[in-house]
Amino acid sequence: MNSRPTTVLIGNPNTGKTTLFNALTGLSQRTGNFPGVTVEKKVGTIDLDHLQIEIVDLPGTYSLAANSPDEILATDVLLGQQEGTNSPELVIVVADASNLERNLYLTTQILEYNLPLILVLNMYDLAIANGLEINTDRLSRELDCQVVPVVANKSEGIDELQEAVKRCLEKEASAFHLQLDESVEDGIHQLLTFLDDYSDQLSAPIHRVEVLRLLVDEGGIVEQRLLEIIGEPLDSCLNQIRKKIAEHGTDLLLVEPETRYQQIGEIIEICVDRKQEKLEFTISNRVDKFLTHPIGGSAAFIVLMTVIFQAIFEWAAPLMDLIDGSFGWLGDLVSSVLLEGALQSLIVDGVIAGVGGVAIFLPQIVILFGFIAILEDCGYMARAAFLMDRLMSWAGLSGKSFVPMLSSFACAIPGVMATRVIENRRDRFTTILVAPLMSCSARLPVYTIMIAAFIPDKPVLGFFGLQGITLLAIYMVGVVVAVPVAWLLKKTILQGETPPFVMEMPPYKIPDLKTIILRMTDRGKRFLVDAGTIIFATTVVIWGLLYFPRPESTSEQYAQKAVEIQSQGLSKDQQEEQLNANSKAETGAFLRQSVLGRLGRLIQPVVKPLGWDWKIGIAVMASFPAREVVVATLGIIYNLGSEESEESENLRQKMKTATRDDNPGQKVFTPIVALSIMVFFALCAQCAATLAVIKRETGSWKWSFFTFSYMTILAYFAALITYQIGNLLI
Amino acid sequence: MTLDVLNVGEKAKVIGYRRDKPQILRRILEMGLVRGAEVEVVRFSPMGDPMEIAVKGYLLSMRLSEAALVEIDSY
Repeated sequence: MNSRPTTVLIGNPNTGKTTLFNALTGLSQRTGNFPGVTVEKKVGTIDLDHLQIEIVDLPGTYSLAANSPDEILATDVLLGQQEGTNSPELVIVVADASNLERNLYLTTQILEYNLPLILVLNMYDLAIANGLEINTDRLSRELDCQVVPVVANKSEGIDELQEAVKRCLEKEASAFHLQLDESVEDGIHQLLTFLDDYSDQLSAPIHRVEVLRLLVDEGGIVEQRLLEIIGEPLDSCLNQIRKKIAEHGTDLLLVEPETRYQQIGEIIEICVDRKQEKLEFTISNRVDKFLTHPIGGSAAFIVLMTVIFQAIFEWAAPLMDLIDGSFGWLGDLVSSVLLEGALQSLIVDGVIAGVGGVAIFLPQIVILFGFIAILEDCGYMARAAFLMDRLMSWAGLSGKSFVPMLSSFACAIPGVMATRVIENRRDRFTTILVAPLMSCSARLPVYTIMIAAFIPDKPVLGFFGLQGITLLAIYMVGVVVAVPVAWLLKKTILQGETPPFVMEMPPYKIPDLKTIILRMTDRGKRFLVDAGTIIFATTVVIWGLLYFPRPESTSEQYAQKAVEIQSQGLSKDQQEEQLNANSKAETGAFLRQSVLGRLGRLIQPVVKPLGWDWKIGIAVMASFPAREVVVATLGIIYNLGSEESEESENLRQKMKTATRDDNPGQKVFTPIVALSIMVFFALCAQCAATLAVIKRETGSWKWSFFTFSYMTILAYFAALITYQIGNLLI
Repeated sequence: MTLDVLNVGEKAKVIGYRRDKPQILRRILEMGLVRGAEVEVVRFSPMGDPMEIAVKGYLLSMRLSEAALVEIDSY
């Protein structure tokens, strides 16, 4: 425990809250999750001469009516009831100075928590440019709290804010209070008295704001929680009070927002003077005339999304090759230093390959989050959701799911991480669960080798190639399947009321570089730490299953063969070639005898209906850490060594001529088998990294397990249908 | 008359609500669409839905099905 005073930072979305947090804390911040909920927790330190203050950044919200996990969390933190966070001694509310009326809604709700409070009017320069004149002294008196104008992205007003923090820690809480209709005030009073009798059963004394929420949010979280403790007596007391209020002619749903906005309207009237039409309105409106135009806007959107997609798909490639190459080089180096054996293999094929398998995703993650940070910070993300909402609604999702889904075509990992932009839990989880169905770049090597080897390069309809069409069709499989899966998820395990798409369209602004860079490094770091360890562990386990056991007899057999080759008096080149082939055959033999190899034969009856032999079965199982591993494993199984890549002519030839063990006259791979494998890989969840990230983002292994199960079942049956129908047709 | 039937550029005043989706209505109210508030339709998404309106000095987007919860008196 630390004894430093805790302050919380809270505000509406799009108020520059993150920029202010960065300006206040610099590099001292760390991120994680609030315990028990998958809401992001950002904590930093404010350094004031002799005093350090811990500052907790709460997610952006419009209200504290506790409709969403973010809002529930915010109220719990403010009341000091959130596990792992100290009760705050000070609240800093960030408001957009140009949009004071709506921002004061949340502000006045927080004022009622009776905590010392500072209201930060951020982007104050824009408010002045917008022709607003804000009487901050008067506002401070009306709200009974300190008001500090700030321009966070230019670090203006930060010193004044720090001074205000110092002053505020010794100050009394605001006495601001929203006077509601008398029947409601009576009701609150009655409930307070009622709850007093149950004070020994409640974990903390109940606050007036909680009672207000209990009364006006019918079926809300406060009511649910208290009913669990008190039950029937509370239920009848509530019903009685609500009935009385209704008889009085007061509408419980409307009374709080209307009274609050009325009071805010009066305050704005006194404190804010508008001298001209809002400037940013005019500018943003002009930009939007183009960016949300049916033709121009759609074209701009497609271009932008293509650039993002290209960036994760193509621009990341050289960096990924560099990482891949470096780890390969390191592996070779270690191989040359260490003696051949289990230790060498563990370090090279387990540890180094495992770390490399984690690091390889970094370029894609960092690049995608760079784009997302820019789009969010400049205000375009809301427009993207606005443009795509209708399209995504066909899958039962909202426009906010579009960017995560699109990113998943490059890689599901940044895609799943990007779902944090979706506030609604059910929409977010649905997006997470279907995102891995999008064909990511790791599937491409599998498609490439299968198509190049087994799909004839015939022209279709004159100018299309059959190979190209097959690739497109395989890419479409994921999309076509994702729509009904998402729809079904939303009708079953993630069912519930459609969340509101009532969303602010913030004015455009220049994105803040520091915010973007911090966002990129933060995502990369969190991926490495949280998902990385799991991916690494899986790689090592799979390595073990592929490496052990290694019977002496096998090595002796191949050693003997090597001696034979050496004694045949062949030319040096021939001898080397044969020895090489011998050692690759040995690697292959070991693999076939490994735990996973045996398992492969065991499950042969299961994969046979898909047209697969046991070798394919092993390769598929071995590719659990990552799909692209299947190519290298096939290489080992066909005694070609592990260096085979999807472009390898050698592997293609070997696969083309391979015959089944149980029926030597029959080829293992036919175009139909190749299709069945591709369909399987298009739909399966053979990617430990994605499953690890799903666990991280949903907070539970349950969802990773669910994703893996449903995708594997789907992949199996789709491959089965492909093979069986394909065979009927040919 | 409800908000979703307005055309681009038309202005109106909020006068009441439909009550079939209280959760969504609560959010609509919090965002400032209280009775008496003045609204103006700014644009529709290229696919016709959602719509964008100006209210309380800022821009808000909402689906037509949500706008249909808001009863208005058009000017």
